[in-house]
Amino acid sequence: MSHATPGRVSLDPRFAPPFPEAALIMLRNPQLRKNVGHAIDVIQAKRGKLVVEKTDWQELRSAASAIRFHVLDNLGAYLEQFEARCTAAGGHVHWAADAAQARQIILDLLRQENATEVIKIKTMTSAEIQLNPFLQASGVNVYETDLAEIILQLGDEDPSHIVVPALHINRSQVREIFARTMGLNNLSDDPKELTNAARTYLRQKFLTVPTAISGANFLVAETGTVAVVESEGNGRMCLTLPQTMISLVGIEKVLPRFQDLEVMLQLLARSATGERMNPYTSLWTGVTPGDGPQKFHVVLLDNGRSSILAKEKERQTLKCIRCAACMNACPVYRQTGGHAYGSVYPGPIGAILTPQLMQMKYAQTLPFASSLCGACYEVCPVKINIPEVLLELRSQVVNQERKQAGRVFDLMYLGLRIANLIFATAWGFHAAQRMGRIGLRFFTRKDGWIHSLPSLGAKWTQTRDLRGLPQQTFHQWWATRAKEGK
Amino acid sequence: MRASLFITCYNDTLFPETGRAVVRLLERLGVDLDFHPKQTCCGQMHANTGFRGEAFSQAKRFVRLYQDAETVVIPSSSCVAMIRDQYPGLFAELGNEILRKDFEALLPRVYELSEFLIDKLGVEDVGATFTHRVVYHASCHGVRALHLGERPYKLMAKVRGLDLATLTNVDRCCGFGGTFSVKNAEVSSAMLTVKLQDVLATKAEYCTALDNSCLMHLGGAMHREYAGMKTIHLAQILASTETEATL
Repeated sequence: MSHATPGRVSLDPRFAPPFPEAALIMLRNPQLRKNVGHAIDVIQAKRGKLVVEKTDWQELRSAASAIRFHVLDNLGAYLEQFEARCTAAGGHVHWAADAAQARQIILDLLRQENATEVIKIKTMTSAEIQLNPFLQASGVNVYETDLAEIILQLGDEDPSHIVVPALHINRSQVREIFARTMGLNNLSDDPKELTNAARTYLRQKFLTVPTAISGANFLVAETGTVAVVESEGNGRMCLTLPQTMISLVGIEKVLPRFQDLEVMLQLLARSATGERMNPYTSLWTGVTPGDGPQKFHVVLLDNGRSSILAKEKERQTLKCIRCAACMNACPVYRQTGGHAYGSVYPGPIGAILTPQLMQMKYAQTLPFASSLCGACYEVCPVKINIPEVLLELRSQVVNQERKQAGRVFDLMYLGLRIANLIFATAWGFHAAQRMGRIGLRFFTRKDGWIHSLPSLGAKWTQTRDLRGLPQQTFHQWWATRAKEGK
Repeated sequence: MRASLFITCYNDTLFPETGRAVVRLLERLGVDLDFHPKQTCCGQMHANTGFRGEAFSQAKRFVRLYQDAETVVIPSSSCVAMIRDQYPGLFAELGNEILRKDFEALLPRVYELSEFLIDKLGVEDVGATFTHRVVYHASCHGVRALHLGERPYKLMAKVRGLDLATLTNVDRCCGFGGTFSVKNAEVSSAMLTVKLQDVLATKAEYCTALDNSCLMHLGGAMHREYAGMKTIHLAQILASTETEATL
């Protein structure tokens, strides 16, 4: 993956710039902002209509939240149950503690098959562990089969959304990528023609590549079943034609009973794409002779998840079913798109998940990349209180940072510490008000407004005026009035 | 009815006219209002920026000052949301049993202004006159934390002369977010620009809300851009009468 392109931000949290810096690059890109805004508006409008018609929406959310919390409370037992049932049905279960282990397990499995090529169903876990560049470097050619993923792969672009990864690219840009990489000079930007081009490209891969990689939306402990939901049928092809399937799945994706899919599938499609039901739902249990892949492997990925599980407030992060409703509802994401988050998981869920997966060592600006408006919590189908987790992570970042010597002189830290002293007593607060009034007088124009402030204040006045401080505070007015006997 | 006014630190300092309007409005409705001179801040800024210890000391101070109050009225949605949503967590983590009990006893007596008018006093018509076209910014904390719902609209519907404009994307954030507006100034400004387009499209004269922090943000941009619209706290509209106009 090349990150030398101007305006391109690394999606590896270890190398990504701080959020405000990356966001600024995106804010300056009118094409990107138009594409993101348009795509989000379309999805949001569809979702809105379907949620209104579902009269038991809140009950469904509560049920889903309860199921997911129950899973987290009993995760070890359900994973073992899944392993036993999947194995009994002819599957093989592998456990990967971290990204490096997961990559190696998958490569070893591919080597056993003498695979030099692999087709893929869209999977976020593979992006999380940077599987594609690793396999390519190890001599395995990787072919994405999801339309958006093909666009990204052929165009050498990064995903900006967890459900609609090429959401930042419009169809004339897709036409350009396809025409250039497939040698189709007369291709128009008619969606039908673009889909046909992708279909022709894909059909050959489906028919010739015998090994496939997928993620999973859910694992069912009771039956050992794996579930993938998708819209294009590429997943169904990958589950029908190849001889070998390897599914890379986060350990939190397990559900207790088959029946729990009833709740989850109703919520997922509506939340993710604004559909009553997604077009293709594939469920498979181990291997079935004569039907689908005859060798099946599940790689269960921890990669930081069990350390999140251990934390009381943060563990709800693992309830996530990756529907992306939070980023679609987020006013910050709407302006910046996904790349600004410097992670394959953008938006509100990315802002809480990424720093935790990174053990709070990287992506520390992400918990602050929110106005705490609460729209994410309102739409979350499994009721993750994202603002609550954001606040918890902010507090952890501050506790880490304030120990660093340089922070003594950081204006934000200094200001907040002084403010705390000020708010501790009424006389301190009132003295600060008087001093503020005197200090700001110098910056206040004749019209009573402040148009420009230095230092941190300039961050406000670069786009906004500030009314100068009134001559009399409220408490002074109250005291005067009381003296005058009302 | 007796009530104690928690004016909040930024209203006290930056928007005293809102406080004066609340006093005029509530006294007109027969409320016996008092004001604790030692009040400062609820701790929201510190809590939202990650300074939990500091926020706790201010939260504790709030409980100690108001634990004997009959009712507390606060003309700021986000400060009420801080008390309702964040104090329980702060006290569970850092407080002792006595403090938690005192807070639990106090909490049901804490009201945001429109809650106090509708739920506690049971009035919708406060006898106000305000002959202007007005757009109401619902504010994130008002909509999603306090679930104010129809309350502000019921109050505005009974104001004589008030022409209420419809705001598209009414529940979308203005981009303020406290220290977010400084830490992520550029993103905050982009959010503000989008919000302002919806607000200005209503061709209202005044943009109102139940939270002066959003209004400071929107108003700052309106002033910068000579937009021809002003911001005004809903308390000031409700306090206005035929004979005594906006403060």
